[in-house]
Amino acid sequence: MSEVQLRGFGWRHAGRRAWAVRGLDLHVRHGERVLLLGPSGAGKSTLLAALAGLLPSDSGQAEGSIEIDGLDPGKARDRVGILFQDPQTQLVMARSGDDVAFGCENRGIPAAEIWPRVSDVLDRVGFRYPINRSTAALSGGEAQRLALAGVLALRPGLLLLDEPTANLDPPGADLVREALTRSTGPETTMIIVEHRVAEALPLVDRVVVLEPGGGVRADGTPELIFAAYGDKLADEGVWVPGFSFPPLKANSRSTTDFVRAEHTSVRGRLSPVSISAGAGEVLAVTGPNGAGKSTLALLLGGLLAPSSGRIEAFGDKRPPHRWRAATLTQRIGSVFQNPEHQFVTGRVADELALGPRRVGRSPAEIRKIVDELLERLRLTKLAEANPYTLSGGEARRLSVATALATAPRLLVLDEPTFGQDRRTWLELISLLAELRTAGHGIVAVTHDEAFVRTLADRTVPLGEPDPEPLPRRVRP
Amino acid sequence: MTLALEPIADPSAPLARRNPVAKLGAALLFSLPLIATVDPFTPAAALVLELILLPFFGVRFRQLARRAAPLLFAAAGVLVAMTMFAAERNGDLLFSIGAFDVTTGVLASATGLVLRIFAVALPGIIVFATTDPTDLADALVQNAKAPARFAIGALAAFRLLPLLAQEWRTLTLARRARGIDAGHNPLAKLRLFVSTSFALLVGALRRGVRLAVAMDARGFDSGTPRTYARRQHFTGADTALMAGAAVAAAAILTLSVLLGFFHPVVG
Repeated sequence: MSEVQLRGFGWRHAGRRAWAVRGLDLHVRHGERVLLLGPSGAGKSTLLAALAGLLPSDSGQAEGSIEIDGLDPGKARDRVGILFQDPQTQLVMARSGDDVAFGCENRGIPAAEIWPRVSDVLDRVGFRYPINRSTAALSGGEAQRLALAGVLALRPGLLLLDEPTANLDPPGADLVREALTRSTGPETTMIIVEHRVAEALPLVDRVVVLEPGGGVRADGTPELIFAAYGDKLADEGVWVPGFSFPPLKANSRSTTDFVRAEHTSVRGRLSPVSISAGAGEVLAVTGPNGAGKSTLALLLGGLLAPSSGRIEAFGDKRPPHRWRAATLTQRIGSVFQNPEHQFVTGRVADELALGPRRVGRSPAEIRKIVDELLERLRLTKLAEANPYTLSGGEARRLSVATALATAPRLLVLDEPTFGQDRRTWLELISLLAELRTAGHGIVAVTHDEAFVRTLADRTVPLGEPDPEPLPRRVRP
Repeated sequence: MTLALEPIADPSAPLARRNPVAKLGAALLFSLPLIATVDPFTPAAALVLELILLPFFGVRFRQLARRAAPLLFAAAGVLVAMTMFAAERNGDLLFSIGAFDVTTGVLASATGLVLRIFAVALPGIIVFATTDPTDLADALVQNAKAPARFAIGALAAFRLLPLLAQEWRTLTLARRARGIDAGHNPLAKLRLFVSTSFALLVGALRRGVRLAVAMDARGFDSGTPRTYARRQHFTGADTALMAGAAVAAAAILTLSVLLGFFHPVVG
């Protein structure tokens, strides 16, 4: 068990003018479970890093005091465990058991004690595989469970969770939350940052809201906080529970198909599927992980050749994957799940100008397109910024804008709302609804039930992949 | 994607079971002395010995051939370069390709070089084909006293390699989706390759930093002496393997001197 005491704490990263957090007074008692909320940029992740002792004093400027059980976080490192978003960059070893043992080795725990501990903690988080299971063969949710086991094996008094389910699909996120519920008891103090608030609430008994300018805005039980501040938090983009959206559906069913795929498959990634998408509709492709949703998006986007079946689009005799890229972007725009994969320049405005230039628009036309898109997607102030420095919501808006720059009639989006705050989510929904009204066709691969409920005119569910037999874990 | 460094051998084979550091040491002790001479006999003898020992490492000849296939490109490169640029063109003229006279002398030195490539590289290929990377890192730390920061750090980075291949494919597709393709223009192809590589590098660096932070958060930088959950033992048999490799190399070199094939690199 550990106790946290902050008095006027602040941190400014080296080279930044603004403080990431400032004027923070907070006391977290032994065994408390705290959900840390605040709009993006309120310094939640910085605070967790500070508590974990991961902000070296030469990497910025501190003010006030921060103590864990009366100790400086740098000296309390062995009392604190932290779980990050991405399981891929937390697992170290090739075999699952070795990965859990890694932290124990670092802390100098005698070898004879390590393996019983590994086995015990894997049971606690509900890890279902043998200890020699390859870490590369785990799904996102399983890998994050294993990462949690690696943190818990060190028996931290203070457990910090930095959006532990943000990189996972809903079933994976459920796995991690279930593991957290079953593996942590009253002996662990917990501070969690999580933007899917409704899902995180069963894990916590106290909510602390950070004010973006500094300090704590509100502190109390979830009921009190959401009754008093729910509306304001929702406006700022926090997914406050209990808000729903009225559906936005198309008025008329489309008559022209932009793209039609018949019995198309990709070996090992997508079973044969037939699908068509046309003008003025939003088509949602749903299904579990591994069903080939992203692969289908690549096929419809003209980026991948099918192993069997045929794809026809825009009356062209050649299938989309054989078109020149310049032709493709004027007909079909693809928006990838990770916006950064699609950025190729060092300025937001250049990013928007690139597509129109490649398809031979005149400089005057390009300027007009860029200005309109900057305005429409609220990026005007960021025109000079580097795309890689944008926040998650800004990067998503830019990636959609780059696809629109060449005016394709069909838009294919892979998990467009994934990881977005409520504000960006609403903006995306209304933008896509506008595009639909303007006669565009939209195909979205998504796990997001609210997206499907609100916007989709048709849904194509892809089937389960063949289940893998589960071996029993044998205790060594 | 399968990595070309994953072990493929039967792990219970008598020599595959040896300590990874001993295997690595033996490979170096055996192949480094062979570099001293440029004649074709010495590497040929070494190759014969390597192939005879192959079954004791539990590696099938076919698997080895598949792993060693990239060496064929190097060998082909050497052959072409030698026929074109060899300074000494002694011996009998066999045939001419345009302005290039191919003589027995040229062919002998080219064969020598090709055999050396294989003789020197095969022990390394065999070591990695029979060694689990985790075991190698453990043995380097425990038996060769390599710093854990280096050995375990490299092992963790190694785990991220398959992600890079996946990332490369995604970046390539993402560029096409943005309207960028090179068509048949080699200059545009090169530019596209450079820009994709840069994006890959940026992504890899960010991931590397995140991984390093996560490792330190689990005490990797704590300064506490590490314990070992998995023990690697260095036994008499391991010493014998290394000694055997040194003796074998010496024997082959001696034989080559006695038979008059020895032709030192220097002098």
